[in-house]
Amino acid sequence: MAVISTAGLARTFDTKRGPVHAVRGIDLTVEAGEILGFLGPNGAGKTTTLRMLTTLLAPTGGAATVAGCDLLRDPVGVRRQTGYVAQSGGVDPSIRVREELVTQGRLYRLSKAEAEARAEELAHELNLTGLLERKCAALSGGQRRRLDIAMGLTHRPAVLFLDEPTTGLDPGSRSDLWDLVRRIRAQWGTTVFLTTHYLDEADALSDRLVVVDQGRVVAEGTPTALKTRYAGSPDASLQDTFLAITGRGVAPQDTTPIAV
Amino acid sequence: MTTLVSDTALVFGRYARQTLRSKMQIFFGALMPVLYLLFYGPLLTAMPLASRGSSWQVLVPGLLLQLGLFGAAFCGFAIIIEKQHGVVERMRVTPVSRLALLLGRVLRDAALFVFQAVLVILVALAMGLRAPLPGILIGFGFVAAMTVSLASLSYALALRVSTPQSFGPLVNAVNMPAMLLSGLMLPMSLAPGWLNVLSHFMPFRYLVDAVRAAFVGDYGGTAMLYGVLVTAALLLASVATGTRLFRRAGA
Repeated sequence: MAVISTAGLARTFDTKRGPVHAVRGIDLTVEAGEILGFLGPNGAGKTTTLRMLTTLLAPTGGAATVAGCDLLRDPVGVRRQTGYVAQSGGVDPSIRVREELVTQGRLYRLSKAEAEARAEELAHELNLTGLLERKCAALSGGQRRRLDIAMGLTHRPAVLFLDEPTTGLDPGSRSDLWDLVRRIRAQWGTTVFLTTHYLDEADALSDRLVVVDQGRVVAEGTPTALKTRYAGSPDASLQDTFLAITGRGVAPQDTTPIAV
Repeated sequence: MTTLVSDTALVFGRYARQTLRSKMQIFFGALMPVLYLLFYGPLLTAMPLASRGSSWQVLVPGLLLQLGLFGAAFCGFAIIIEKQHGVVERMRVTPVSRLALLLGRVLRDAALFVFQAVLVILVALAMGLRAPLPGILIGFGFVAAMTVSLASLSYALALRVSTPQSFGPLVNAVNMPAMLLSGLMLPMSLAPGWLNVLSHFMPFRYLVDAVRAAFVGDYGGTAMLYGVLVTAALLLASVATGTRLFRRAGA
């Protein structure tokens, strides 16, 4: 069953130099419980698509259904059932971990008691228990990322959107995070929609890949299927596969947080 | 409606706790008007500023609104920082009401500046201000209303700009003429005709005039009427603008 399906989803920005077609028309489906890797070169429209699917940005064309709710007609329904972890995270460094988790629960309309219990539960699940009374600024990169993900899971969403989840993490924290993403799917059946610049990450985590370039889907399939089709062998590297699909590599970009 | 109230209370609580953690922020804002009271107010006592009442009844209303003007206009700074941490987007993807995202913040700001206004009034009383209590309370009401509308606009502007460096000069470019043309420091009744006419195009002038009227016990005159009407219009327009920006924070 498709949890996300889009038809011609598009976004054009009006700028002083004329319209910019950031996303020209995305058609994709994501099945329930799937981990989908959403890839593309810089400027391909990954973040714009993600921002549309999370209701942060209104599409200028097309339609989408997310977790059974129409993106345009019922954005609040979409928000209730999706979690979003931005590249920049989303916690205030001056606030304590527990307070942020509880506030997040309340923003998702849990009662005070429920939100407090949920904060404890998430801290336990995501290995943050000893850190609840710390300020967010005092967390390490890996701890901070786990907190960001805990914030996105507060309301037990059907879909979790992760934007470049391991950018800036050391190798150990990255593989811990991969394990966490797998565990979230295994334990709660959460559908995970993730963008990444790291091809090894896409390869290791994703059941299926959707490759976008210049605002359109240019290829999709399991990592093995894509390698076979575009690079001639299931053992080819994803890097070569990408070069074959887009004519460019997916270069890891600098980790400037995306300002709104 | 009940969700709007509880959402607003939730957002208000978050930012109120943040303010309460910074005693410095709570008291510092009152410093500028208090300095005016101490070192500028005494210069005016011998001047015939007011047709009714003393020069304090002219100066203090101006200082109260100056507190709102300069305090509230810079509220947006906080949201630029929050935006960089991703806090704004994180809240915008939750089902929380967009109006509450704005109201929770601006009501915290209003509470802070009314508290500072109380401090200013206490010092002013010690310096020699005598004004009817209902008038002073009406003054607090105007401080709150002005804060809500200016802070809403400040957040709206801050959601559109990306750096504090571009935000500060923009706010100052609006604030300085607003302060001078609204007759905050000295009443516009002293102004030559052209300046007086010009100042009527500055909405805050009507607020200042209304609070000055309230401080001499004139609650039913045209100054109060215009003050209330302009304030209501300002509130409506600015809260609508601010909420729109939270709905679709562009840029």
